[in-house]
Amino acid sequence: MIEVKDLLIKYGNHTVLDHLQLHVGSQESIAIIGPSGCGKSTLLYALAGIIKPQSGTIEINGEAVNGTRKETGVILQSYGLLPWKTVWENASLGLQIRKLPKKDIQTKVSKILKQLHIIDQKNKYPVQLSGGQQQRVAIARALAIEPDLLLMDEPFSSLDAIVREELQHVLVDTYYRKKLSILFVTHNIEEAVFLGQKIIVMQPNPGSIRAIVENEHFGDPDLRKKKSFHETCVKVRQLMEGQTE
Amino acid sequence: MIQTFLSKYKTIYASLFVITFWYLCHLFIQSTIIPNPLHTFVTFFRLLQGDMLLHVGASLLRISVSVFIAIVIGVSLGLFLGLHNKLDRIFGPVVYLLYPLPKIAFLPIFMILFGLGNTSKIILITVIILFQILVTIRDSVKGLSKELFYSIRSLGASKVQIYRHLILPAITPKLLTALRISVGTSISVLFFAENYATRYGIGYFIMDAWIRINYLEMYAGIIAISILGLVVFKAIDLIEHGICKWTLLEKGENNSYF
Repeated sequence: MIEVKDLLIKYGNHTVLDHLQLHVGSQESIAIIGPSGCGKSTLLYALAGIIKPQSGTIEINGEAVNGTRKETGVILQSYGLLPWKTVWENASLGLQIRKLPKKDIQTKVSKILKQLHIIDQKNKYPVQLSGGQQQRVAIARALAIEPDLLLMDEPFSSLDAIVREELQHVLVDTYYRKKLSILFVTHNIEEAVFLGQKIIVMQPNPGSIRAIVENEHFGDPDLRKKKSFHETCVKVRQLMEGQTE
Repeated sequence: MIQTFLSKYKTIYASLFVITFWYLCHLFIQSTIIPNPLHTFVTFFRLLQGDMLLHVGASLLRISVSVFIAIVIGVSLGLFLGLHNKLDRIFGPVVYLLYPLPKIAFLPIFMILFGLGNTSKIILITVIILFQILVTIRDSVKGLSKELFYSIRSLGASKVQIYRHLILPAITPKLLTALRISVGTSISVLFFAENYATRYGIGYFIMDAWIRINYLEMYAGIIAISILGLVVFKAIDLIEHGICKWTLLEKGENNSYF
């Protein structure tokens, strides 16, 4: 699905990502975790085609990424909702940009808003919504374009614990329903272990991958109550802190 | 009760407030320079049957043309500078230097270059409003978060679509605010602009009445110019209600913080 080779990204003289290699299979859910400054968001932006690398290549489904890709859905940290558009208009923006017929937009958007339980808010503006609802709109907008890859930058970081878990379940549900690849950045270890089939631990100075943890616990609804969940969390934490097993 | 009255009949309340204050001044000062408001309104309605409307119309036309030109030039230059950092580094400091300069001081130059007719009047007003609009638009574009650009680009938006869905809606409320300020300014500039080589315009009318020491007519002219300003302000409000509902929501209804 995703093949990253020798990716080098610099901001001025500062090397953000240093010759990074990464392989992601199709329909995988990948968590990227690491301290701030490790270049995890930059990696995501590069995969989204928003930032151009200095050198190296990114291929998605065998095609080199050059600018944004039609089948990639992106959700940024602050949701990126347009304040002057209602929930409905925000969710349908991607389809509108693709110039789909109005009828198709109508059916697709109402279906996705229903799935995410925000159809009742469709005429409200973002400022009238709670953080969790705004996040649902952002997810709806990204899913409306029927992506095969979903990229998310700390999607749930500003939500309270209960809403956060609720939306994590929404995401797992989406994963099984849509059969897509998900790659998300987080600084929350539990979130990474709950949502990532693979957990990529990154390190700063310069940004690179320290370790990749395979995680079979992905999407288990009772996971949080299990001992092995916490064991994996501890393992990831140790990796982040630089200890070896 | 009082609160609902105040919010429902804002304009009527404000007018009553001003007229009462005016009347009190009239009573206390006891001079012809502050005539009785009632007499003034009678004069105003009498003049309205004469050529008062023509004067107001001439002024409104000058302001409209100036505002239109200033919006076209100011918005495009503002967008251009706001979206291109390199250009802004070259021209930004120049704009910054010229912005507070009293453009009215250049009136003699405009008069010589563009004649005494409408052209020099319109250019004077345009130049004054232009900078306010330019600076507002440039700053509002620069203030747009990177993430909004990123997320709309990630949806595959073309340049035209980015303008349509992101940039234009974002600058519209700021433009309306800038217009409120600049229309106020342009009305006061009318006095200078309509003070020479014209027989029509509300600025001329007031000056003329002043010179003839006809204070009743002068005040009637002031009433006309206030109504002109009010109408323009209300028009801007209407536009804001129509196309920028979201800003009104953001401002909130109960926003007295102290």
